[in-house]
Amino acid sequence: MEYEAVIGLEVHVQIKTRSKMFAPVGYRFGEPPNTLTDPVVWALPGVLPVLNRDAIRKTIKVGLMLGCEIPEITKWDRKNYFYPDSPKNYQLSQYDQPLCVGGGVEIELTGANASEMGEHRVVKLTRIHLEEDVGKLTHFANDSLVDYNRAGTPLMEIVSEPDMHSGDEVFAYLNSLKNTISFAGISDCDMEKGQMRCDVNISVRPKGSDELGVKIEMKNMNSPSNARECVEYEIRRQIDCLKRGAPLVQETRRWDANLRVTQTMRTKEDAHDYRYFPDPDLMPVKISREYLESVRAELPEVPFDRQRRYMSEFGLPYSATSVMCHDPEICEYFERAVAAYPKNPKAIANLIVNDLRRELIAARQAGEDPETGASGEFSGAGSADSGRGLGLFDSKVSPEDIAGLAEIIDGGEISKQIGKEVFAEMFATGKPPADIISEKGLRQNSDSSELESFCMEAIKGNQKAVDQFKAGNEKAINALIGPVMKASKGKANPAMVLEIMKKLIK
Amino acid sequence: MEKAKIDIEYVAKLARIELTEDEKATYSRQLGQILGYFERLSKIDVSGVEPSAHARAVYNVMRDDVEEPAMPVSEALMNAPKARDNQISVPKVVDDA
Amino acid sequence: MELYYKTISELEELLDSGEISAVELAKAFIDRKNAVDGKVGAFLSSDEGGLLAAAAESDARRARGQKRGALEGIPVGLKDVLAVRGQKLTCASKILENYVSPYTASSLEKLESRGGLFWGRLNMDEFAMGSSCENSAFKLTRNPWDLSRIPGGSSGGAAAAVAAGECAASLGSDTGGSIRQPASLCGVVGMKPTYGLVSRYGLAAFASSLDQIGPFARCVRDAAILLEAVAGHDPRDSTSVKTDIPDYAANLSLEAFKGKKIGLPKEYFSAGIDPEVRGIVEKAVSDCRALGAEVEEISLPHTDLAIPVYYIIATAEASSNLARYDGVRYTRRSPSTTDVIDMYFKSRAEGFGEEVKRRIILGSYVLSSGYYDAYYLRAQKVRTLIRRDFEDAFGRVDVIMTPTSPTTAFKIGEKTSDPLAMYLSDICTINVNLAGLPGISVPCGFSSEGLPVGLQMIGKAFDEQNLLSFAASYEAARGFDSREPNL
Repeated sequence: MEYEAVIGLEVHVQIKTRSKMFAPVGYRFGEPPNTLTDPVVWALPGVLPVLNRDAIRKTIKVGLMLGCEIPEITKWDRKNYFYPDSPKNYQLSQYDQPLCVGGGVEIELTGANASEMGEHRVVKLTRIHLEEDVGKLTHFANDSLVDYNRAGTPLMEIVSEPDMHSGDEVFAYLNSLKNTISFAGISDCDMEKGQMRCDVNISVRPKGSDELGVKIEMKNMNSPSNARECVEYEIRRQIDCLKRGAPLVQETRRWDANLRVTQTMRTKEDAHDYRYFPDPDLMPVKISREYLESVRAELPEVPFDRQRRYMSEFGLPYSATSVMCHDPEICEYFERAVAAYPKNPKAIANLIVNDLRRELIAARQAGEDPETGASGEFSGAGSADSGRGLGLFDSKVSPEDIAGLAEIIDGGEISKQIGKEVFAEMFATGKPPADIISEKGLRQNSDSSELESFCMEAIKGNQKAVDQFKAGNEKAINALIGPVMKASKGKANPAMVLEIMKKLIK
Repeated sequence: MEKAKIDIEYVAKLARIELTEDEKATYSRQLGQILGYFERLSKIDVSGVEPSAHARAVYNVMRDDVEEPAMPVSEALMNAPKARDNQISVPKVVDDA
Repeated sequence: MELYYKTISELEELLDSGEISAVELAKAFIDRKNAVDGKVGAFLSSDEGGLLAAAAESDARRARGQKRGALEGIPVGLKDVLAVRGQKLTCASKILENYVSPYTASSLEKLESRGGLFWGRLNMDEFAMGSSCENSAFKLTRNPWDLSRIPGGSSGGAAAAVAAGECAASLGSDTGGSIRQPASLCGVVGMKPTYGLVSRYGLAAFASSLDQIGPFARCVRDAAILLEAVAGHDPRDSTSVKTDIPDYAANLSLEAFKGKKIGLPKEYFSAGIDPEVRGIVEKAVSDCRALGAEVEEISLPHTDLAIPVYYIIATAEASSNLARYDGVRYTRRSPSTTDVIDMYFKSRAEGFGEEVKRRIILGSYVLSSGYYDAYYLRAQKVRTLIRRDFEDAFGRVDVIMTPTSPTTAFKIGEKTSDPLAMYLSDICTINVNLAGLPGISVPCGFSSEGLPVGLQMIGKAFDEQNLLSFAASYEAARGFDSREPNL
């Protein structure tokens, strides 16, 4: 019998705000324990929560980018359960009136190769709601320690429909969410730092069946590729169980990244009784049409839309756009450069994606210990991550100078080859390309009498090539041009050289 | 509402309160009486009535996203029953869900 | 008259004229407390040195001409449910026995900015759950008028301390009558403001949608002064309302009843009300009529549902509000725990008293899976009906009058074994909390046993000024009552 997996995700994303969801104290990753708290975070007797306006706006922003409906009224509820990392022993969350309903996440599956676009589809969303994060527990031999720095950080929970079927889709989904949300500046979505976390629900059923199988929840995946591997493992495990006739039980399993297996964390004997009820300390929020329009007005372009536009409007190849369009910094840099020189976006894209990124990556690797194992995580369809967060705007090369270089090459003043040399100098010194060219005397040699003497030298030196050319082998002329370029130190204008050479041979 | 009978063990577990057998018996009886008194609620027609979660309906009470200074760790921990390394120490957490 | 029985206005005059200093006044209250509190038991703790130091600062401010406000130098007692930085905050519970608050309640910061001095931590029912003050984990408070009787609750200590002259005025909290009922039983003025008038930030929560802080005082004018000193919008409390706070005391009118309508809800004058109490209250109402008001019988038809609605909503909210007292971060942890789950069960079992456990269990039950709709959601809907009853009534009348408590103070131990009977003693006050309205209890006479009786006046939302004027008009007409508790 053939089986298929049905997969739904609950993704938690920390929202970048100055202060916490319900308290006016900040949160930063990696600070000493319990240094980012206040009486509200500790749930001391008498404290009260107050909603963070900005966290609400940012969640709505994500909702609008993902095509969700934003209901007019939203409210917060208490989810009651005891755990040492939860100071109130209830979490302020949203039960039946979340901020965002419906919507979907466009994903791209990996294509046949890096220059081919993969298949696109939309994974349906159930809802997005806004809640608070809990503190951090660390376990030791004899006790557990609690740090409440993270407690109360705004957290949006993005709940998908059971609408995925493979590890690849899960991987693509997480990458797409990360790209969309980080593009909007709402979170950095760094899974290693816990800024983005996912729980995966998987069930397996005979292909064609309408009924869902036993739902098993996975936790503890700290990267999209981890999640993909975990899902693939779990699908195999569940199908294997079914084939052997072993019963599957509803349970929560943990991904062990070292052993690369999933393990039982707990079985759900009795369902949680969270006793949700509307929080009497918080007032509901009414979202007006005008407010929604104002949020809509500041929405950034969704990455896949931008990618399609770059391909159609600028004629860029898929491979370049797949690098660019998942990184807001590259896009901004590119668009500024194109604004300065709109005639050749392709050349500009090439300079940015290849030359500038290569130098920045090399500089980073030279400057610090290469991060182990972290690269390429989000390199799904296209390879976006290796160039992420490189600080294009912090480099010495401005987008206007990149544009200037492209224009100079297009104008024939220097060759593409010399262009590479000029770029390296721009990167090292920050000087404008025109200055470098004149300082170093790199302008193309278009002095016809000098070029003619170089050509005559070359003809004398290689009679064989001359004969072959005369016999009709057009390519043979390249063997004659090489020495000319060498003699001119690479500055000979290639078009002129070709013309002079042909004239001389005839 | 059925004749109210409270599953005292289940509810005490939800509330994380250990009860003696005597307490269980006493509370069951008393809460049964109280819930019996509450039955008058079930006799009233509330169809079409909006629930009141608050004493009055006010919307959109929010604050601007401004960071204020944090509480010093020493103050945060001054009432802690047990702490080390500037963190709260609790008996080892055994995951029970 | 002894200094400790004078009103705030009288004391301010003495302080302003230099006849007494704030330090002398503080000493008078300290002496009085030391003389009578052994019998009354209103104080859980007190910081005499702290009061004297604060009084000395107050004297210095006054000498410099920098008097802060209408309460400069006046010692105000605090129910032990209000947070003051550096002071204990126990809520009369073992679980918070050693807890010291690192911050001060918003309303108390305001009180300080008006010159008020914090004086003592006053006894209460544990976490404000009770109507007799017998649920304190630490001590019994007795009614100054009859030491064999309860002072009322939950703010029993705050009421008794004012009645016994141990502080000039005090602050309590009222969730279902916890200010008005003890005020009535102790023969002082007690007021619960409109929900949202006084910030709850720094008030340890019992039931968030019902709790309000309010004053106890020797007269209506003092209550007005104290209310003005603590009321006002607070950005740290989302339920606090933006509204202007007038100078209630300065604006008091003693002719408030002229041409106004008093509503008497028939449901509050029927069975369950002690006939003697009813007689005294009816006499008070007719005194108000004599001041120029019309009296009209009205109906608040959902009154008999108030007890179930209140006890469902209040216990549900409380079961969640009190979850934070778990032995982890700042509350007492049971010494004999094996794992974290065991720690919760034991710390909470050892830390909470009987009534608190009963209400947490009841509240957890009404929210639990399968019962939410039948109890909690239904109670919220009936709460809407109760609110509408009052809205309808206030379409016709300007103030509603009822007894504050169905009986005078009962004997210590009389109702402790019957929680339902205890709950029923809140029958006259809880509707006001459910509707979020302001209510005040004004002394209106004594029973044949010499026990005080209170008249409850209920006003329109945020109409504290008129409500205080009604109360002051009645108080003035009734005249000064020279009776004092015999301590």
